[in-house]
Amino acid sequence: MADTAMETGTGAAAMKVSDEVAIQITDMNKWYGDFHVLRDINLTVYQGERIVICGPSGSGKSTLIRCINRLEEHQKGQIVVDGIELSNDLKNIDKIRSEVGMVFQHFNLFPHLTILENCTLAPIWVRKTPRKEAEERAMHFLTKVKIPEQADKYPGQLSGGQQQRVAIARSLCMMPRIMLFDEPTSALDPEMIKEVLDTMIELAEEGMTMLVVTHEMGFAQAVANRVIFMDQGQIVEQNEPREFFNNPQSDRTKLFLSQILGH
Amino acid sequence: MSDTHAHTVAYVRDTMLPPEVPPAAERGVIRWMRANLFSSWFNVLLTILGLAVLWSLLAGILPWFWNSVWVADSLSECREIRDALHGTGEEVSSACMAVITERWNQLLFGFYPQDLYWRPVAALIVFLAALGPVLFASVPRRLVWFTAAAPFLMYWLLWGGSIGGPLAVALGFAAAWGAFVLGSRFSGALAATIGAIVVPLLYWLLLTGPVAGLIGAVIPIELQFVPSKDFGGFMLSFIIGVAGIILSLPLGILLALGRQSNLFIINKCSIAFIEVFRGVPLIVWLLTASLLLNYFLPPGSNFDLMLRVIILVTLFAAAYLAEVVRGGLAALPRGQYEAADALGLDYWKAQRLIIMPQALKISIPGIVNTFIGLFKDTTLVVFIGLLDPIGMSNAIRADTSWQGINWELFVFIGLLFFICCFSMSRYSQHLERRLRTDHS
Repeated sequence: MADTAMETGTGAAAMKVSDEVAIQITDMNKWYGDFHVLRDINLTVYQGERIVICGPSGSGKSTLIRCINRLEEHQKGQIVVDGIELSNDLKNIDKIRSEVGMVFQHFNLFPHLTILENCTLAPIWVRKTPRKEAEERAMHFLTKVKIPEQADKYPGQLSGGQQQRVAIARSLCMMPRIMLFDEPTSALDPEMIKEVLDTMIELAEEGMTMLVVTHEMGFAQAVANRVIFMDQGQIVEQNEPREFFNNPQSDRTKLFLSQILGH
Repeated sequence: MSDTHAHTVAYVRDTMLPPEVPPAAERGVIRWMRANLFSSWFNVLLTILGLAVLWSLLAGILPWFWNSVWVADSLSECREIRDALHGTGEEVSSACMAVITERWNQLLFGFYPQDLYWRPVAALIVFLAALGPVLFASVPRRLVWFTAAAPFLMYWLLWGGSIGGPLAVALGFAAAWGAFVLGSRFSGALAATIGAIVVPLLYWLLLTGPVAGLIGAVIPIELQFVPSKDFGGFMLSFIIGVAGIILSLPLGILLALGRQSNLFIINKCSIAFIEVFRGVPLIVWLLTASLLLNYFLPPGSNFDLMLRVIILVTLFAAAYLAEVVRGGLAALPRGQYEAADALGLDYWKAQRLIIMPQALKISIPGIVNTFIGLFKDTTLVVFIGLLDPIGMSNAIRADTSWQGINWELFVFIGLLFFICCFSMSRYSQHLERRLRTDHS
């Protein structure tokens, strides 16, 4: 399904959001020990939607998207991904994880495997894809992120921007229906931010459902359907990007925007 | 080009400079010597001092070795030959290597029957061949099957008896595999793991004897049986050391994982095991193996002493390895676990494909360190009456014809151990180089 959307989706047509719910989060709360990191989170994400989550550091935005694929456990409320509720059932967790791709701030490529092996590992061992098919698909996505010639190198031999693009390709090889990005450009040199953002924009244009934690407001304006502002573990404001940037409602949002856009 | 720009601040490079080779004085032997041996008057002094020490050492050792007597029947005959060659006037330093050549077989094989020496030699060849696919990337992967079969073949070659015994034990592993596959198909991973442990244990305890007899009756291939008490010399050390090394690594990895586990009982059992085995000296464990175990085992049961020693040496080394591997696990960034989780890999797949390859690579120096320690510690079995090389040398020195000989035997035994340990060390360095992926 995700496959066909990727092949056929182009520009404006793909900007249309379906009413099929991809992620439903209801009254979700999380604590780290005594610290209440996420408070009463309610969020519905539709298939094909592109959401940018921003906010000051420590506001819980990374924790929120890490709860969606159970890298963090929530203590109260409900998270339903693709119709499956996240519970302690390991089978459900693994099922959701193979449908939800994740890109990390520090890439987290596997340094002992080549680029190609990084991309084929999960399809072969989790999806039981035949090796040849997995390699063809890996090369397809590596071509898409514009580094097919690096396939036989190791992550340590690539630049940060290239590594992050490999990380995106690695996630895409699992044919996920949803992609989570946890500050994907924060660890990159300015010269390399653009190449990663371009890849993400391309992905967005093809209709991928994306949740992106980032400080790149240009990216938010270019591709997001919705921008969410978080502070102190709560969703403070959400709106479509133009309204969000031009006409922020809460004082906290105004202060935040003036700080990151002001210079 | 600089003429046109000399009087302005603005500057544009129009040709990029190619790299050049460094000046001659910065290369070669002369530069190395100047930098490392004669860089200051103090270093000149140290160099001369070092050469003097080296000279006096070699001047003592080389003639001793060079004047060796290689063929003689006793120490006194050695001395006669030496005096005949060099005259009795002054004391000439000379080694009596004849003790090595005369007792060569005993030092290597102990009291293993002379006419069956081909069997340990064949076992050694099997062992070296089986190492190939494990140690070197250039050997075809498919030969791993040979490596898996090799332990049973080696056991049969060394101890002999009916081929039914080793085959029946090997079937236990097949049973474990079957239980695991069935368990994971019809139940969860936990049931599969428990099945894979319990089924073969029950099989080995209850069924191995009858099955061995049955196979022996069907395939009547038999080698002359050699009891463990005839094993000795370096062969004994080598068998205990190699068996300990091979068995302790997987056990150590499991213990390290157990110590990191969130499951309360597994976690606490692993910690208790590691602390108890690491906290008590090996010699105490060996004495336990030789003396105390008999009290606990049912009367009349004849549990081979060598097997008991192998088990305790393995458990002892596994406790050390567990901590070494835990260090490697701790050194991995949390992002590696998260990336594996995020891709949907389950615990065992993540461990096998992502975590362990990296953690073990980091731990190579520590692992090899433990292996070398284990290998040398096998000499402690002399205290429980096994005739390892040290035990053999004690017996030889008690013999009237070789009384008074010390150095030659210990130099030889030391050399044997050094060759093995140094090979392990060199291999580990090769492995570290091969696994390096952070440069082009």
